[in-house]
Amino acid sequence: MIKVQKEDFDVNKELKKLSENKNVGGISFFIGLVREDLSKDKCHSMTLQHYPEMTEKMLDKIEIEANKRWNLIGSIIIHRYGKLYPGDQIVLVGTSSEHRKDAINSCEFLIDWLKTKAPFWKLEERESGKKWVEENFKDSETVKNWK
Amino acid sequence: MNIKYFSWVRDQIGLDEEQIELDPKVNSVEKLVSHLIKNSEDHSKALADISLIRCAVNMEVVNLNHKIKNEDEIAFFPPMTGG
Repeated sequence: MIKVQKEDFDVNKELKKLSENKNVGGISFFIGLVREDLSKDKCHSMTLQHYPEMTEKMLDKIEIEANKRWNLIGSIIIHRYGKLYPGDQIVLVGTSSEHRKDAINSCEFLIDWLKTKAPFWKLEERESGKKWVEENFKDSETVKNWK
Repeated sequence: MNIKYFSWVRDQIGLDEEQIELDPKVNSVEKLVSHLIKNSEDHSKALADISLIRCAVNMEVVNLNHKIKNEDEIAFFPPMTGG
């Protein structure tokens, strides 16, 4: 299931949903948060802009891909947009399977993929001013390893 | 043709999106960029270094020589930073 929303999400609710199927033997979650960054250049807020039609299309596509690669019982991706503050939840990826490896590996795959292929852009408001977050080359390399 | 801009490309051009009537000679992403650069100083600045920009045609990321037509939806943006 895919959700792109402004509102916050409740991890416990999502956990309950993924636990409903009695064949589930393991669940893996990744939850991304806005980091204040304790360096001198503190982050005050982060505004996520996205390309709505493309986001839905790309997230659908990658969820289908994860289900092809691993034996999953359930999967959920929630990605927020709009203005967020340090400590706020940005993204949730949850996967459930009979055995742990399918859940753990697919969860890692999905979040690695979201980092560079989901059409979101982050505007940080830091002590030094506003700045668009630049591409992280490490993330681009990590996602290549999944091919 | 509908063209959308995101992130700092949007900020620099000063438009979320715009409609243009495509000249049939402008039949690739690369030619479209050259065409847009002539539009205004803001377009020219934003699209000056094409290596910083990604393009999607009908919501699929494509390369510069990708063929385009008037009915396509085009988007220009910097590398994505989701997650």
